[in-house]
Amino acid sequence: MILVYVDHDRGTLDEPSLQALTFARGLDAEVHALAIGDAASGLAGTLGEHGVSVLHVATHAAFDDYVPQAAGRALAQLAQMTSPKAVLTTSGMRGNEVLAHAAAILDEPFAAECVEITLGSPAEVTRSRWGGNMLEVARVHRNNVLLASIPPFTVAAEPSPVACSVQTFTPELAAADTAVRVVDRVAGQAHGVSLAEAKVIVSGGRGVGAPELWGPLEDLAGLLGAALGCSRVVTSNGWRPHSEQVGQTGTKVAPDLYIAAGISGATQHIAGCKKSKTILAINIDPEAPIMTHADYAIVGDLHEVLPAIAAAIRSR
Amino acid sequence: MEILVCIKRYILAGSEFVLTADGTEIDARQLGYTLAPHEEVAVEQAIRFVEEFGGSTTVLSLGVPEAEEQMREQMAIGADRGLLLATDGSEWDPQATAAAIVDAVRAQPQAFDIIMFGAEAADSNNSQVGIRVAHALGLPIVTNVRGVSITDGVARCERVVGNNREVYEVRLPAVLTTREGLNIPRYPSVPGRIKARKKPIDTTTPAKPAAKVEKVRLIVPPNQKTGATILGNGPAAAAAAVAMMEEIGVLA
Ligand SMILES: Cc1cc2nc3c(=O)[nH]c(=O)nc-3n(C[C@H](O)[C@H](O)[C@H](O)COP(=O)(O)OP(=O)(O)OC[C@H]3O[C@@H](n4cnc5c(N)ncnc54)[C@H](O)[C@@H]3O)c2cc1C
Repeated sequence: MILVYVDHDRGTLDEPSLQALTFARGLDAEVHALAIGDAASGLAGTLGEHGVSVLHVATHAAFDDYVPQAAGRALAQLAQMTSPKAVLTTSGMRGNEVLAHAAAILDEPFAAECVEITLGSPAEVTRSRWGGNMLEVARVHRNNVLLASIPPFTVAAEPSPVACSVQTFTPELAAADTAVRVVDRVAGQAHGVSLAEAKVIVSGGRGVGAPELWGPLEDLAGLLGAALGCSRVVTSNGWRPHSEQVGQTGTKVAPDLYIAAGISGATQHIAGCKKSKTILAINIDPEAPIMTHADYAIVGDLHEVLPAIAAAIRSR
Repeated sequence: MEILVCIKRYILAGSEFVLTADGTEIDARQLGYTLAPHEEVAVEQAIRFVEEFGGSTTVLSLGVPEAEEQMREQMAIGADRGLLLATDGSEWDPQATAAAIVDAVRAQPQAFDIIMFGAEAADSNNSQVGIRVAHALGLPIVTNVRGVSITDGVARCERVVGNNREVYEVRLPAVLTTREGLNIPRYPSVPGRIKARKKPIDTTTPAKPAAKVEKVRLIVPPNQKTGATILGNGPAAAAAAVAMMEEIGVLA
């Protein structure tokens, strides 16, 4: 049996969590899930559709919202009770956090960002590193259970319906486990198209030159219904907010079209945009590294090229 | 307020990675070294807290003795002293790294109010050393912090989730892991760099335990692209760009 930690926010399923269920079925026919809090009982239908035969729901008065260490404690205790061959999750802030807590509690290794797993002693995994620019083959010498996270979009979530039974259990939590929890939420201002979901992104780098020169990017983005992106040089100069940064330490994006204007194509930037279906680079330097990652390129000054593209779209 | 920030020396990857002949390391002979964003914001935040509440900032690095270069960079913007856990440059897995940091923390004469880490190391992406250290020291932890303020010994921390922020509160002493975007780190000044040369660095040499996640080899995934099709030069290429956009269906 493989046990998958499935994340949800007060009852709303984290969709990428379903991918780890599909990955898990490749390791073993029997897949169980753990979801935290009574609000998770409502997930049984969807999880059954995705091959979960048993949904373990951890119930506790503390579980009315996300409590990272308590979730890790519940996962560790369930793993000890049910002896799965592996404990998996889809990696992300919460998935990696909960598995790291469980690993620290169980004193087991935790192999984060695995794109391939072969069970055995030791287990052999292939991990994604350097933001996805490098793979590492590693042996995991665990005592008992293998703990691993799977990067988003390693596999697509495939339905595989089974009957799903819900089993509740109450973990033993210490006061320290529940000390850190979500106590409040602050709603951000929704402005335009969100970067992570945009179909088109117009992204600017150091080559734009100055924050007041973003007009041509904003104009083209408006015409294309696109989100604005940028490189790290742009955010560390304070030209644009970090929420627009694409890359290893910014947002990872996968639009149909990514327009990289005045961006050189450093590996850490490519880590964030390489899942784009089409990349158009606009750069004065025909030798810029971005040229080897782009599908199309225009060699020229972005301050001339972007307005010309906008004008050509307007005159269609 | 006594703050410890754990930082790492990273290879500054060029436009592509080249491996050593045995395929277990990056061939860094032609490459420089750098700090990483998630850790630079931690140091900047520590310095701001010390400016606000008094105390001192210590930077710790487990790595080759040359990691002194990265510690001095952070001393140039205000960190006060360094702890170098010297290694031979071979990779330490997260459990070994956490254990060495825990030993170093316990060996210090003073206790730390905050121990900070980047949310994940830029090279290994393990996302767990801070959490393991927190458990070993019996401290509470908030990870992936993108906003923080301290009032009456309680840190109010924010995490970014999509367009919104989740708020967590934690009583100090505590461990925090941070993400780029928390702040914009300051640049070192020339006097700052000069002062940094004289700040103390204590070196210890921890013994390396056997790896639990044992690296066998690295693989550079092949670039799927075959080189860009040049649509043209300058504004004259606009028509070709629009035709391409029509073809891929992003222009209705
Ligand atoms: C651990 C780590 C994590 C990082 N994470 C990220 C990340 O998440 N995102 C990220 O972007 N970077 C990241 N970086 C930084 C990255 O290494 C590069 O420094 C950065 O991406 C470079 O930004 P740039 O392309 O805008 O600037 P440059 O590299 O300076 O490139 C500017 C480009 O603009 C072109 N240009 C100049 N003028 C014009 C003009 N008028 N018209 C057209 N083209 C012009 C130039 O030819 C050049 O190619 C990270 C670095 C590290 C060490």
